[in-house]
Amino acid sequence: MSKRVGIVAVAQNAGAESKDNFYDQAYRVTKEVLDKAGLTRDDVETIISASSDIYHGGISCANAYYWETTGAFMKNGSRQDGESLFALFYGAMRIMTGRYDTALVIGLCKGSENPPNDTCTLMYSDPFYLRNVGLTETMAAAFQMRAYMEKYGITEEQCAKVAVKNLGNALGNPYAHRKGRYTVEEVLQSPRISDPLTELQCAPQSEGMVAALLASEEKAKKLSRKPVWIKGFGSSIDAYDIGDRDLLDGQLKNAAARAYRMAGIKEPAKEIDLAEISEPYAFQELMWCEDLGLCRAGEAGKLIDSGKTERTGELPVNPSGGVLANNPYVSRGLQRAVEAYLQITGQAGERQVEKKVKTALAHGTHGFAGQCHAVAILGL
Amino acid sequence: MTKEYKTIKTELRLPYELAYGATWTRFFEGMKEKKIYGTKCPKCGRVLVPARSFCPRCFVDMGEWIEVSQEGKLVAWCYTNYRYFGMPTEPPFIGAQINLDGTDVNFLHLIGGFDLSNFDEVRKIVKNGMKVRAEWKDDRNAHIMDIRYFKPL
Repeated sequence: MSKRVGIVAVAQNAGAESKDNFYDQAYRVTKEVLDKAGLTRDDVETIISASSDIYHGGISCANAYYWETTGAFMKNGSRQDGESLFALFYGAMRIMTGRYDTALVIGLCKGSENPPNDTCTLMYSDPFYLRNVGLTETMAAAFQMRAYMEKYGITEEQCAKVAVKNLGNALGNPYAHRKGRYTVEEVLQSPRISDPLTELQCAPQSEGMVAALLASEEKAKKLSRKPVWIKGFGSSIDAYDIGDRDLLDGQLKNAAARAYRMAGIKEPAKEIDLAEISEPYAFQELMWCEDLGLCRAGEAGKLIDSGKTERTGELPVNPSGGVLANNPYVSRGLQRAVEAYLQITGQAGERQVEKKVKTALAHGTHGFAGQCHAVAILGL
Repeated sequence: MTKEYKTIKTELRLPYELAYGATWTRFFEGMKEKKIYGTKCPKCGRVLVPARSFCPRCFVDMGEWIEVSQEGKLVAWCYTNYRYFGMPTEPPFIGAQINLDGTDVNFLHLIGGFDLSNFDEVRKIVKNGMKVRAEWKDDRNAHIMDIRYFKPL
């Protein structure tokens, strides 16, 4: 059994609309990650992809179409539907069995070709009940946001600050799709599409082929001078019907506890140097910071006010710009891990944080109001 | 919108036919009779609505059918003011979670029955915690939208 699994190389493409097709984009990102790792297609032993038929431009059954592009042709490959951070876990697990020394993990999504996000997320709703009442991810998030603000006295301004911070951070990220210097007022005055959510507090629909090359400990040390180890991972899933759930007491705490236990983290707020969090809606970064134990329940409003989560702060959160800046829906969780890898290895370019990053957290979420959560701890 | 590069426009139309199953057949038939049915878990005692065949928490078969109250408390809402495929009605509309009296989960529906055109006015009327009651359509088809909306009391 391989004791540790390392990430030895990553690749991703830009989130803005491109005239490339899905097939070529996926091939190029796969090729890039192999080149960076110094491997050929033949050297990769197993492939785990993440995609979703709903986000797949109506091309075939998603994974049937793209296997050649991921180098999986005539090999062992599998597909995770939904959140791509799970694909990272499954790739790591395959290596941990001792059966494989290398695994390619890739999330595939070309959001610019799709109908609007909410046309897709409406399909999460069952056709008997919820879909007929029009439940989308945005509606569920708006319910959650109002409840969150009312319970803890979090203000709309504090939620909007997340968008200001992340869209500003994205200016340093060449892969980010939406970026800019905005004021809190501009965020709050953008179209109020689903009150209390305004447009700039909702993630865009972006493109994103995102890949990571994993290797067993021995192999990772040969392939890279600075492998980043997957120290822990955990996930948890809540009830399907949002009416059965407490939208302010979700499953992220469980997912995080499982990842922390595996990584041996006892005080996350002290031990984690940087977090890349999936926040398809601005206020969710605040809620998820609390659930991850980066601050106490109800105190994330103060956390954002303090500036601690800025790129230059003590605990940077989403220095890449996060999902508000780039939302290649299915690939977004794996993209958080890729960004964490780049920060740990000092390869994040203009978005590189000032502090030294030894341990970073990557988070992914899928479903209404955070139905499922996945957390990975990466480190040296 | 025409793109400056060559594209194909494509769409999937796949007709499916899904069984409601015994429990939801009975629940939706209840809509026709202006009744909202839930079921009670014999183990934890929670009343779930819409009715379920099993309790997801206790993982046991549901026992008793209960006609639940048509009044409840508003627990979450949002004012939706954009058009999207599959929207339940023309915007603006208010999606809502309602805790029907005597039940242990929240029921998804709409709030209405007053002028929704001005959001500032709406904000004065709609508050979490307020009481609402189901308003039914005259023409009912065993469908969740047989309830027109829940109206503030």
